[in-house]
Amino acid sequence: MDYLNALVAFLNFVFVPGLAYGAQLAIGALGVTLIYGILRFSNFAHGDTMAFGTAMTIIGTNALLALGITFGPLPTALLALPFGIGATILLVLFIDWLVYKFYRDQKAKPVILVIVSMGVMFVMNGVVRFIIGVRDIQFADGERFLITARDFKEMTGLDEGLAIKTTQAITVVVALIAMALLFWFLNKTRTGKSMRAFSDNEDLALLSGINPDWVVKVTWMIVAALATTAGVLYGLDKSFKAFTYFQLLLPIFAAAIVGGLGNPLGAIAGGFVIAFSEVTITYAWKKVLVYLLPENLEPDGLVQLMSTDYKFAVSFAILIIVLLFKPTGLFKGQSV
Amino acid sequence: MSDPFLIGDAMTGGYGKGPDILHGCTIAAEKGEIAVIVGPNGAGKSTAMKAVFGMLNVNSGSVRLDGEDITRLTPQERVVKGMGFVPQTSNIFTSMTVEENLEMGAFIRRDDFRDTMTQIYDLFPILKEKRNQAAGELSGGQRQQVAVGRALMTKPKVLMLDEPTAGVSPIVMDELFDRIIEVARTGIPILMVEQNARQALEIADKAYVLVQGRNAHTGTGKELLADEEVRRSFLGG
Repeated sequence: MDYLNALVAFLNFVFVPGLAYGAQLAIGALGVTLIYGILRFSNFAHGDTMAFGTAMTIIGTNALLALGITFGPLPTALLALPFGIGATILLVLFIDWLVYKFYRDQKAKPVILVIVSMGVMFVMNGVVRFIIGVRDIQFADGERFLITARDFKEMTGLDEGLAIKTTQAITVVVALIAMALLFWFLNKTRTGKSMRAFSDNEDLALLSGINPDWVVKVTWMIVAALATTAGVLYGLDKSFKAFTYFQLLLPIFAAAIVGGLGNPLGAIAGGFVIAFSEVTITYAWKKVLVYLLPENLEPDGLVQLMSTDYKFAVSFAILIIVLLFKPTGLFKGQSV
Repeated sequence: MSDPFLIGDAMTGGYGKGPDILHGCTIAAEKGEIAVIVGPNGAGKSTAMKAVFGMLNVNSGSVRLDGEDITRLTPQERVVKGMGFVPQTSNIFTSMTVEENLEMGAFIRRDDFRDTMTQIYDLFPILKEKRNQAAGELSGGQRQQVAVGRALMTKPKVLMLDEPTAGVSPIVMDELFDRIIEVARTGIPILMVEQNARQALEIADKAYVLVQGRNAHTGTGKELLADEEVRRSFLGG
């Protein structure tokens, strides 16, 4: 038995990828949960907002590279991120003005807004593919690894290597910064508090003189920033493909709902719950178990509970299990 | 006779395009006084108060604050004009702390409101103790204090309370009434809808009994308490 190698294999294949994926889902789910809490509908166009932001960031990255500007060992996309965020903010404010405002003024029911957001989703779906195409795009440059598996093996003398990709480290760091900024904003600033008040009790917020138009605008801006950040981090870590981002909607919604819709803390927790359950259930545990079990008990198969093709099923199984026991999510969310 | 500080004068109206609920109903509050609206269930008490605050269509009649006609203003605009309103239900931000509730009450103020907050904490000491606790975790009576405190943060010229004692125990009710009297002593006129008619009439300087959206009896609280007909119909003998 070799606990150390088992631990390293676990960290390398389950924990580190799960942590990065969880952080990406968490930032995505924060956007969904903010829209749900303040505009009071489930925004199906969120995945495509992420795709649009990422597409814009890729265009910005290419422009920077063409000018010969890089970010040294870090991906150039981080330099282009503010541009991507800016473009996405303009887009979502435009869509809000063009589409959602009309339904808001009519005091349309949330379910109508959900369907409207599906329409927006399909339009954005097309727009993004039109702009950047349907193919798989790798846009991560700079140093690929923080620690490579071989360096780790040489350093520690273990059989198993622990590789940490730069993009994984960046994901976690950027996610932490984004979350810290968001919570500081929501809990400490006047506008942030007024957003929470608006989410908590709309009528009373109006009575208190909180301007709903401003709250809605700021919400869209924050959501655009979060969506673009989540999309870029995911794209750096894996790759960008419009269709993948559309599919990301599923685990992101699962994360937001598991955590409790409308609750930012819940969105973060939900992101990690979904990510770790997906990774642990679709991972072939043989490698770890080989170190842990005595030789005669060594598994023959891969010990993979489910093929990775079923990873979305995992999200939804977790979603159903959590909602059966806690109908408003792990953290107190608004009831759906 | 000069106009009272706040008056809803001969108001007729109802919700949206529905039938009229109020029929020429008049309600007023003078400076430093407590005016209460009492009456049987469905008499239009809360509706009358909402009409004064602009939450329903007043088809005829007018609402005047300090001599200014505010009939056409939205509730939000009336808050800016100096009206404080405590709704009957959902009158606090449950997920926010007591202090944040008060801050949100002062949202329209751009000046330093710490003095007002200190005054409110003096008035409701329990709120100071629980200021970092989520308002939704407080007891019914404490929630009502948060709600009144929130409305007072704008330094309103008049405070309107819609059944402040609904759903609290008799002991808490007495305490809330004491606090309301204290607020009135600071010079803020109070207009209040009350379910507990007898206790409300005892503290009222002016009282309105509404029946089916019309003024049935008007007088000082003591007069109405002594009035044989009012006693028989609303106070149970």
